[in-house]
Amino acid sequence: MNRWLRSFGAFWYDFVIGDDWRGAAAVALALAATALLVHAAGVNAWWLMPLCVIAALGWSLRRATSGGS
Amino acid sequence: MNAVALVLTVFVACAVEAVEALTIVLAAGLTREWRSTFQGMAVALVVLAVVVAAVGPALTLFPLGALRLVVGALLAVFGLQWLRKGILRASGYKGLHDETSIYERQVAAARAAAAGGKHGVHDWYAFTLSFKGVLLEGLEVVFIVITFGANQGNLGVAALGAAAAVLVVAGIGVAARAPLARVPENTMKLAVGVMLTSFGTFWGAEGAGVTWPGHDAALLVIVPVIAAVTLAYVVLLRRSHAAALAAAAARPTASAVSPSTSQEGAR
Repeated sequence: MNRWLRSFGAFWYDFVIGDDWRGAAAVALALAATALLVHAAGVNAWWLMPLCVIAALGWSLRRATSGGS
Repeated sequence: MNAVALVLTVFVACAVEAVEALTIVLAAGLTREWRSTFQGMAVALVVLAVVVAAVGPALTLFPLGALRLVVGALLAVFGLQWLRKGILRASGYKGLHDETSIYERQVAAARAAAAGGKHGVHDWYAFTLSFKGVLLEGLEVVFIVITFGANQGNLGVAALGAAAAVLVVAGIGVAARAPLARVPENTMKLAVGVMLTSFGTFWGAEGAGVTWPGHDAALLVIVPVIAAVTLAYVVLLRRSHAAALAAAAARPTASAVSPSTSQEGAR
């Protein structure tokens, strides 16, 4: 049962997160920061998500090509 | 987003996955037996249809803001994965997805596997190979169909796009009786990655409370920007890959390891 749960979890981790968990973390942080700016500071931060996504992709690629992933 | 963009995105994403599933189904059917292969494929398709029918309508019960936040985040994460792989392949850092060599590996494994039936299935190996291949490739399509369809309130149109792609790929596969090696899979994956990332960014930010300038028309800027950034990364990495190869060639005795055989190239 334990082994089944572990492989079930590993499958969904690989399916959703994939090779680089930092991309998922960057998206989650960017959305949290956007929500914070909108609801706490009253800033319509539509620009934050695209910037973070582009930066996260560049960061992930840099790590992959420099052998650091 | 209008229905045409929805259908096109789902169609291309589904076609890519269907090509990969077809390779596995052909390997099972041509080397083992077709009846068990079709049984495995049919059971997987029924499971996928049940998931769409059960999860899709359930998602529409959630408040739109929360749905867009969660679905947007997942789509952006998913899109980044597709883009990362696609860019690394297009720039030479990772080997291109080769349906012919995948097919040959599957055929060799299918020939080596023991014969035998189980649970009323004549060839259990062919059944499970086909079932797993279709289910695993199909899950990504189901995810895209459900998220795009639920967000647009048009699950039926999204499912139609997916079904059309499966029929087209299956039709070509039956006619060719060979893996579809000439399909520009990497380019299609890059295009899907751009769409998933763009829509994920748009819906995720909207779910977080943002009001986009121009509302839905903002997508007409986001999609080309993400596409342009993707192409720029491909060009930059191609150059650095070529430079690394040239540097490695200039000192042939220094290292036998080429930059393309890094850990990324093996996956």
